[in-house]
Order: sequence, then structure tokens, then C-alpha cells
Amino acid sequence: MGQEPGDPRGFSERLEAARERQGLDPRPTQPEPSGAPDPSAFAVGARVALDLVSALLVACAIGWGLDRLFGTKPWFLIGFVPLGGAAGVLNVWRMFAPDPKAPGPDRRRTGPDPGR
Amino acid sequence: MAAGKIDALSQFALHPMFGELGQMGFSQSPLMMAVAAGLTLLILGVGMAPRAMVPGRLQAAAELLYEFVHNMCIETIGEEGRRFFPFVFTLFLFILFGNLLGVFPYFFTFTSHIAVTLALTLAVVVLTTVVGLAIHKLHFFSYFVPHGVPKALLPLLVPIEILSYLSRLISLSVRLFANMMAGHVMLEVFGAFVIMLGGAGWLGLLPAGLALGINTILIGFELLVAVLQAYVFAILTCIYLHDAVHLH
Repeated sequence: MGQEPGDPRGFSERLEAARERQGLDPRPTQPEPSGAPDPSAFAVGARVALDLVSALLVACAIGWGLDRLFGTKPWFLIGFVPLGGAAGVLNVWRMFAPDPKAPGPDRRRTGPDPGR
Repeated sequence: MAAGKIDALSQFALHPMFGELGQMGFSQSPLMMAVAAGLTLLILGVGMAPRAMVPGRLQAAAELLYEFVHNMCIETIGEEGRRFFPFVFTLFLFILFGNLLGVFPYFFTFTSHIAVTLALTLAVVVLTTVVGLAIHKLHFFSYFVPHGVPKALLPLLVPIEILSYLSRLISLSVRLFANMMAGHVMLEVFGAFVIMLGGAGWLGLLPAGLALGINTILIGFELLVAVLQAYVFAILTCIYLHDAVHLH
């Protein structure tokens, strides 16, 4: 690779510059579109609803089961329902958390997820 | 249908099949599962048999499927994703073929039963938990302890985290089951419209045609949903595995 005298740049850089001058490499106009297309509003709504309700359902099932196990009829259920609601909100929060570096538990779901 | 009643749910009923086997609980559902598994093996096996440098159609399809899921695993889970690729690939193809076979008339969609999807989800959640425990040992439970919170709040927050973790069981299984079932109910309802309106004299012919048109569009939509839901199930499995491998 003979380097031209007076040109401190390496060969690959000069090649790149030349290619760009000739318009051979279409320059990337914008940052890569992030994989999957944006899920529709309906899809997002369905996901939020499902995430909210599923945690509540699991909490109800656990509360009801513990009550049945220990014969403490309504108490575990009463305790678990608010916890389930909170867990549902946590699920939704994870979906929309603004910054992965934000304080708090942020195992943010990355990657495309066009759930309906 | 002739009685003028739309019976949209009887299509999901299970009927015992093959006499003796049926008595043991063999119905359309396991039959379609076997068909889906067999078809998967057939397409992959026959497709990859030539081992050509320039693939033919079937081999190209098989390679495309393989590479698609392989890339998804590595991109989502990371380098460790290679170890989980067989699981995710199997799961994806099983659900994909189950969904797609269900679009054919007279075929049963086994993914439209929550018993099936919940069992699949249970496998996923148990696997992610076992993987997390195997890699991180007891440190895995730090997954449930949010950092940067006062100690006094932990007794409240840890149960919430655990519930959030367990809610995957419902959200993953219900998503697949509800999508498949809703699509088939819609098909059945509009199919019933066609028959009922078509039999109602000349006035019903136009609406019957409209309903038939909608059903045609719905079939295409069902194909989309079938592929999309298999993909969603697979990618969510990957995300959960990523969480188990990396904890955060």
C-alpha cells in the first residue's frame, strides 16, 4: 500500500472519501430503523391491558390458594390483590420506562416486541 | 347453523378419536400436534437433505427459518443465546405450524386452547428459572430485589417483583391463546352470517356477499396473526432467557 506523500490518511480512509465524492456509497440518512415496525396503538393497548390483568390474576390465584390452604378465608386474597395490582403497574412501567439507566429496578425489555 | 343460531365455540370442542386411543384422551388436539411436529421434521429433514451449496426452494426455506431464529436468539440473549437456540427453534416452529395448520378448514388449532399454551408457557418459565438458578446459583434471587430502594420497603417490593415475574405465565399464554381463539371465532361468526343471510331470500344476498368478502380478508389476517404470534412467543421467550442469563 504505497501512501501518497503529503497525505497522512490511510488507504481505506482515502478510498472512503473518494467513494463518497463519487456518490458510490449512499450515506445513511437517519439512524437505523429499530428492527420491527412500530406496533399499532391497538397492539400497545392490548399489551398494556394484558400485562395489567395478568399480574392481578396471578395474585388472586395465589391469595385464593393460600386462603384455601390455611383456612383464612378472605385475608390472603385481600392482601394479594393490591400487590397484584402494583405488579401489573410495574409490568406496564417496565414497558414504558423512560431510561434504562433510570434508578430503580429496570430490567427493561429490549428488542422488538410487537405483541398484539 | 340452519337453526339460526351462531355456534362459534363448538369448533374448539375436543372429540375422542381412534377408538381405544380416544378412551385414553386422544383427540384432534394431540393429533394436530403430531401433524405439526411431523411436518416440521419433514420440511427440515427433506429440505436439508440435498445439502446443496446453492439451495433449492425447500432448502432455502429451511435455512431462512433456521437463520431467522438463530439471529433472533443471539441478538436478544447475547452470545449465550446459542445454547438456547434449539429450545427456541423448536418452540417457534411448533407454535408456527400449530397456528398455520389451524387456518385450514376442518383442521383443529391446538394453540387455541389455554391448556396447551399454558403448558408451553410453564415450560418456558420453569426453564428460565432453572437457567437463572444454574448460572447464578442463589444470587439469582437478587433478581427480585430492586436496587436503590430503602430496606424498609423491601418486604413490600419483593412480593411485587415476584408477582410481576409470575405474571408472565398468564400474559404469555393468554396472548397466544386469545389471539388464536378470537380469530377463529370471528371466522366462524362471519361464516355463519354467510349461510344465514344467503338462505334468507334475495334481500340477504348482498350482505351475504359482504360477509363472505370479510371472511376472505379475515383468512389473510389470520395468516398474519398466526406467524406474528409464533414470533412474539419466541421473542418473549428469548427476552425472558436474557433476563435469566444476565439478571438485569
